[in-house]
Amino acid sequence: MSDALRAEWTKLRTLASTGWLLVGTVVLTIGASAAVAAATHVSGENGQDPTKLALIGVYLGQSVVVVLAVLTIAEEYGTGMMRVTLAALPRRLVLLGAKVANVVGLTFVAALIALVGCLVVARFMLPADGLNPAHGYAFVSITHAATLRAATGSVLYLILIALFSVGVATAVRDTGASIGLVLGLLYLPPILAQVVAEPLRQHLLQIAPMSAGLAVQATTSLRDQPITPWAGLGVLAAWATVSLLVGGLLLRRRDA
Amino acid sequence: MNTSNTPSMPPNEVGRGSFIPVLRSEWTKFRTVRGWGIGVLAAVLLCVGFTFLVANGNNEGGCTGPPAPGSGPNSPGSNCYVGHPFVPIGPNGEAVADSYSYVHHRLTGNGTVTVQVTSLTGVISTSPASEAPSLTRTKPGLARWAKAGILLTSSAKQGSPYAAVMATGGHGVNWQYNYTHDQSGLPGVVTNSSPRWLRLTRNGNTLVGYDSTNDATWHEIGTARLAGLPATVNIGLFVTSPVTFQSTSGGAPTAATATFDHITMNGRATAADWKSTSVGSGPRDYYPTLGASTTRRPDNGVVLSGSGDISLAVNPLAGGDDASSIVWFGLLVALIMIIVIATMFITVEYRRGLIRTTFTATPRRGFVLATKAIIIGVVAFVVGTLGSAAGVALGEHRLIANGNFIFPANTFTVTRVIFGSGALVGVSAVAVLAIATILRKSASAVTAGIVVFVLPYVIGSIATGGVGTWLFRLTPAAGFDVLGTLPRSTLVNFPQTMANGYYPLAPWAGLAVLCAYAALALAMAFFVLRRRDA
Repeated sequence: MSDALRAEWTKLRTLASTGWLLVGTVVLTIGASAAVAAATHVSGENGQDPTKLALIGVYLGQSVVVVLAVLTIAEEYGTGMMRVTLAALPRRLVLLGAKVANVVGLTFVAALIALVGCLVVARFMLPADGLNPAHGYAFVSITHAATLRAATGSVLYLILIALFSVGVATAVRDTGASIGLVLGLLYLPPILAQVVAEPLRQHLLQIAPMSAGLAVQATTSLRDQPITPWAGLGVLAAWATVSLLVGGLLLRRRDA
Repeated sequence: MNTSNTPSMPPNEVGRGSFIPVLRSEWTKFRTVRGWGIGVLAAVLLCVGFTFLVANGNNEGGCTGPPAPGSGPNSPGSNCYVGHPFVPIGPNGEAVADSYSYVHHRLTGNGTVTVQVTSLTGVISTSPASEAPSLTRTKPGLARWAKAGILLTSSAKQGSPYAAVMATGGHGVNWQYNYTHDQSGLPGVVTNSSPRWLRLTRNGNTLVGYDSTNDATWHEIGTARLAGLPATVNIGLFVTSPVTFQSTSGGAPTAATATFDHITMNGRATAADWKSTSVGSGPRDYYPTLGASTTRRPDNGVVLSGSGDISLAVNPLAGGDDASSIVWFGLLVALIMIIVIATMFITVEYRRGLIRTTFTATPRRGFVLATKAIIIGVVAFVVGTLGSAAGVALGEHRLIANGNFIFPANTFTVTRVIFGSGALVGVSAVAVLAIATILRKSASAVTAGIVVFVLPYVIGSIATGGVGTWLFRLTPAAGFDVLGTLPRSTLVNFPQTMANGYYPLAPWAGLAVLCAYAALALAMAFFVLRRRDA
């Protein structure tokens, strides 16, 4: 197993794209949060959720995590490298495990930096938008239990997204199609939910990977959320498990 | 094209002027990949399917308060209804609001009404959204488009042609006719110390509105020619007050009360006395109102209270659907599939090394890019057009069957939405192909394509502070603005936002933004393709 881990780590480490994608995850997540904070102007007494607004960059940043995760496996099929890899490591599930471990490690580091950055940006930018104690909003702070939960939950969310993507890419084996499928499954259901009636809307938000998973970011009016924070993350974990199971099964059964 | 038969041709002349064979060879490449054919077909079917699903999810019916015992839906006194509330249609086929209090005469032939407005005050409902608004729960406040003045209308039927001269809550004196036309008169608010005199005259089909501060010097505000006005019309005093967003973001119904003095009427009236009615405030009328009342005053005076609006209908008040409100999601799904296919159309050649064979066969690389762009553009255009046409036809049929109200749209608008959908998908496909040519990798091209088109919808629904609107103005997602059908009106104080179905740019302007991005990407791709080794 440790040989497999080292082999996969060498592959990932020596690809120029890996570094850029990790930097991209951090920059896009923080950048999107900052851009939304800069464009937001809150007037009136409506209940905004400052923490959720602070972490909104995850919506964009996750797309880079998806690319990183899909590339680690689908690109090997694209270039034919997969046959060499499997010749060197005939135990296919060990190979998959090694890839997953490496992707999870890298995603964790990038996600941690990105979310700390989001919170710092929000602490300094959101008060100027009207989200300040004068308007009845507390400053975004990690000492606030719900905010801490939202931030750590977001890190876990990005890791689960990476796991889900690896599973899909193992099953689909094409980079473009895998990314299209994963991003479609992430982004489309919440949009569909905007235009369908209850109770379909509620159920859609409860089972869709992104809307359920990102319920962990909510810190205000939790009763109005379609699903509780940790249960939502559990739904995403179920998606990731199923995709890895299907991917692993197909990897074992199919010729490369 | 017959290069093999003309060996004397110098090598650098090979392929010159042979665009059609390149087109044919690229089409053969596209046609013979089975997965892409299936993908294209699936894109059309998914577009139609999701459009139908969205339309089918819209059901009309509900209760505006606790159900009254012993009375069925739609019956008088019941708070429950089945089907969409009544939305009047104006003289030009547009959906309108037409609810007001009216004290009027039947006037035959020409005539004039003159009146002094000495006060205009209002109340704003404070009832929570779950309850029917009532006059018992209000706070003082006057809507900016609260209206009080003289109204001439061809009949009491809602949506009739009309002209009116009015004092308003925040826009001074105005002359308005047929729901969309407006001219400003004297500025300022009506008070007891600063009253306004209003006059409306009919001369044949020509109606003229005047205002004055003293009944001595009169100023003409505007003229309206209402074709086909009957000989006998309604003329009289009206008050109305629209839903306001001044104090709450959710919108609250309002009522206004105006005091009229010195009412005079010249002309042949059919009855001796004024008749008071409340137009468009029944349980089946869609516009939320707060009730109406009329009190006579001595010296030809009257105090009139009213609630409602006389203007274009706006969403979400009217609660209507339109072609774009059901088709955009299906288009988004089709677009994602087309983005993946358009990317692969070029990246697969790089990955398999086929691109070197392609450039050997066709050394003019611009031809290769142009033919690929034409093929993917046309295919995507057909996908968008077919998916949208079939989806809208099926979906609107379903909407009507479910009792929904569909905003009236003329043939031109519907045609524009359908072919605009095709253009949106087609131009996007060309742009994505160009990006994929520059990047040569599927991953970044697919991600960029999806993020650019889909994320604005996600962000727009979460961040309420106006971020989404800017994304639909500045990014390639502006192409979706081509779907907009709801008419805007400056005569309604209403958040005409994305969330309510109002796209931020004019249809063709939005498409032009997308085309500019596509042209830029194509130019860069052409430049890079020529300079780089394959």
